[in-house]
Amino acid sequence: MDYFIELLFSGLTRGSIYALIALGYTMVYGIIGLINFAHGEIYMIGAFTAFIVATVLSIYGFPLVAIVIIAGVAAVVWSSSYGYTIEKIAYKPLRYAPRLSPLISAIGMSIFLQNYILLAQTSDFLPFPRLIPDFPFMEPIAHIVGSTDLVILVTTFVVMVVLTFIIKFTLIGKAMRATSQDRAMATLVGINVNRVISATFIIGSGLAAIGGLLIASHIGQINFYIGFLAGIKAFTAAVLGGIGSIPGAVLGSLILGLTESFATGYVSSDYEDVFAFSLLVLILIFKPSGLLGKAKNEKV
Amino acid sequence: MGIVKELKKGALISLWFVFLTFPVMVIKVDPIARTVVWRWENALYMAVGTFVVYYIAQFFLKKKENQKEASEEKGLNHSIIHKILQNPLQRNIFVGVLAVAAVLFPQVLSAYQTNVMTTALMYVVLGLGLNIVVGLAGLLDLGFVAFYAVGAYTYALLNHHFGLGFFTVLPIGGLMAATFGILLGFPVLRLRGDYLAIVTLGFGEIIRLVLENWGEFSQGPSGISDISRPGFFGVDFDLQSSIIYTYYLMIILVIVTIFVVNRLQDSRLGRAWIALREDEVACQAMGIDKRKTKLVAFSLGAFWAGIMGVMFAAKTTFVNPASFTFLESAIILSIVVLGGMGSIVGVVLGALILILMPEYLRALSQYRMLAFGAILVCMMIFRPQGLISNIRRTYTFKKKTTNSLSK
Repeated sequence: MDYFIELLFSGLTRGSIYALIALGYTMVYGIIGLINFAHGEIYMIGAFTAFIVATVLSIYGFPLVAIVIIAGVAAVVWSSSYGYTIEKIAYKPLRYAPRLSPLISAIGMSIFLQNYILLAQTSDFLPFPRLIPDFPFMEPIAHIVGSTDLVILVTTFVVMVVLTFIIKFTLIGKAMRATSQDRAMATLVGINVNRVISATFIIGSGLAAIGGLLIASHIGQINFYIGFLAGIKAFTAAVLGGIGSIPGAVLGSLILGLTESFATGYVSSDYEDVFAFSLLVLILIFKPSGLLGKAKNEKV
Repeated sequence: MGIVKELKKGALISLWFVFLTFPVMVIKVDPIARTVVWRWENALYMAVGTFVVYYIAQFFLKKKENQKEASEEKGLNHSIIHKILQNPLQRNIFVGVLAVAAVLFPQVLSAYQTNVMTTALMYVVLGLGLNIVVGLAGLLDLGFVAFYAVGAYTYALLNHHFGLGFFTVLPIGGLMAATFGILLGFPVLRLRGDYLAIVTLGFGEIIRLVLENWGEFSQGPSGISDISRPGFFGVDFDLQSSIIYTYYLMIILVIVTIFVVNRLQDSRLGRAWIALREDEVACQAMGIDKRKTKLVAFSLGAFWAGIMGVMFAAKTTFVNPASFTFLESAIILSIVVLGGMGSIVGVVLGALILILMPEYLRALSQYRMLAFGAILVCMMIFRPQGLISNIRRTYTFKKKTTNSLSK
């Protein structure tokens, strides 16, 4: 039973991380209909920024609380800046181009960013500093649920609540929803669509950075390639939940996380990634619109 | 805009990029020795680099806009190569020179150069195969390398276990890959294009992971070695002549591929692909079976990848899963995009540039993938039609002939 609960929590933890990344995919897709291939790389850059800042601060002897806060803020700020800049460089000039063009541009951006980090930093796995200490009150159940898992779950929950608030009640959130429903109409009622798209990229990238920070301190090491797999898996989660739908992305991520966790726990860990991809192919065969997505017919 | 304003904008943008790249470019930490290296000079390079790149980009954007206006006025202006190809005499000379160069290549240059050229030719065929899928039918296939892997492992395994020869397996490998293409394409091709991209990407990874982990079947990450080279009526070649033989074999395969793709392009099927790429709904209204047409394109592309896989296994005599990563798919895609989607001449040129250039610019080889990424983005923004764009057959009204209608 302990093993089951352990797998359950590890699945939920994975799922939360996927959710943080998947939200970026789903929000961008909802607004400009583009699979932002470089999103996984944003997450990787978030993790790298956090790693660099945290290591520098710990070398200069800052207290742990300061390190966590500054590294977290730096990761979010830089990732969001990258997200904003990438949109301006690689997607904005192609907004009215054929569908394939921005997608290829996104793939190019993803390859570029991976190799940029590889060349500017290193190709080795780097040990990520321990940012989350073992809480004393978690002692009795520490063999089942680690402190890091708890922090990840709580952080994700808080972030989701804040995001829901932003999207439901703030002006920019309303503008986002309007733009995703009908871009031309949104322009007509005076919404600055470019600003909305930029905001979407900034928010999505910030979420990915939080995900990057959390997963890196959970796993304890990073390298330039982590964004690729995480990106595809988060995309799988977004499709599973119905791409374009925000609750769908969270639901899909949790399902994917649990599936992976139980499959590796009870079946085999060699094929961990195969499960995710097979799940993706299966969903697309049987329910292409996802669990919470709306099926759309293409109109002339 | 005033020149001062322009300069100010450039300076602001380069400042922004200095900020953006600051943590990654300037700071380098060693977490084990616990030392920090501040590489301030990188910030300077970034600032100057961005400043220059910004103005180059502005220049090209302006040029692109001017070109758009110009081409609308004058009609399409074709590139030099197309002009040569349209003139029969010039074309024959051009093809003749190429043929002589291709035949003489291994005689003049070393075995190493021949080997490199063979690799480049393999990418030509791979590019042409992917060109059917991406360029003609407009289906973005990011797992093309999976079919390449299927072909390579088909030959490796059949040769290893049953001792089958190269020419026997060549069609088998192609058919295997095509079968996989149909199996994968069947469920996915009814969906929108971007799903296909991601599913093929996932499929490519699945194939690689299975090859890596299913040790009893594929011998895992250590791969299969001692695969036979292509045979020639039982003649035993030494290594030198085997390389030359493989080169000529590759030349023949390239010619066959170019011939087939060229004929396909103008066939009923090829026109259906292009039409599907442009407008699916209109296509269905014209009575084209959307799914079947796409499936044929997909499996034909896979077939070529499979054949090249067999060729790859025979050429290197060794296969392992590490040869079939996503980067390989990305390279092939860059070839098609750089050359010009749908253009045969373009793809051939793209493959030769992208494969031969890093080979001869060894010093820059670590920047290879960086450049591939940048190429994909820049081509999409500045020249989406590629180096040598495909000539679209267009119907143009000529003002002089309008009088003949009234007669």
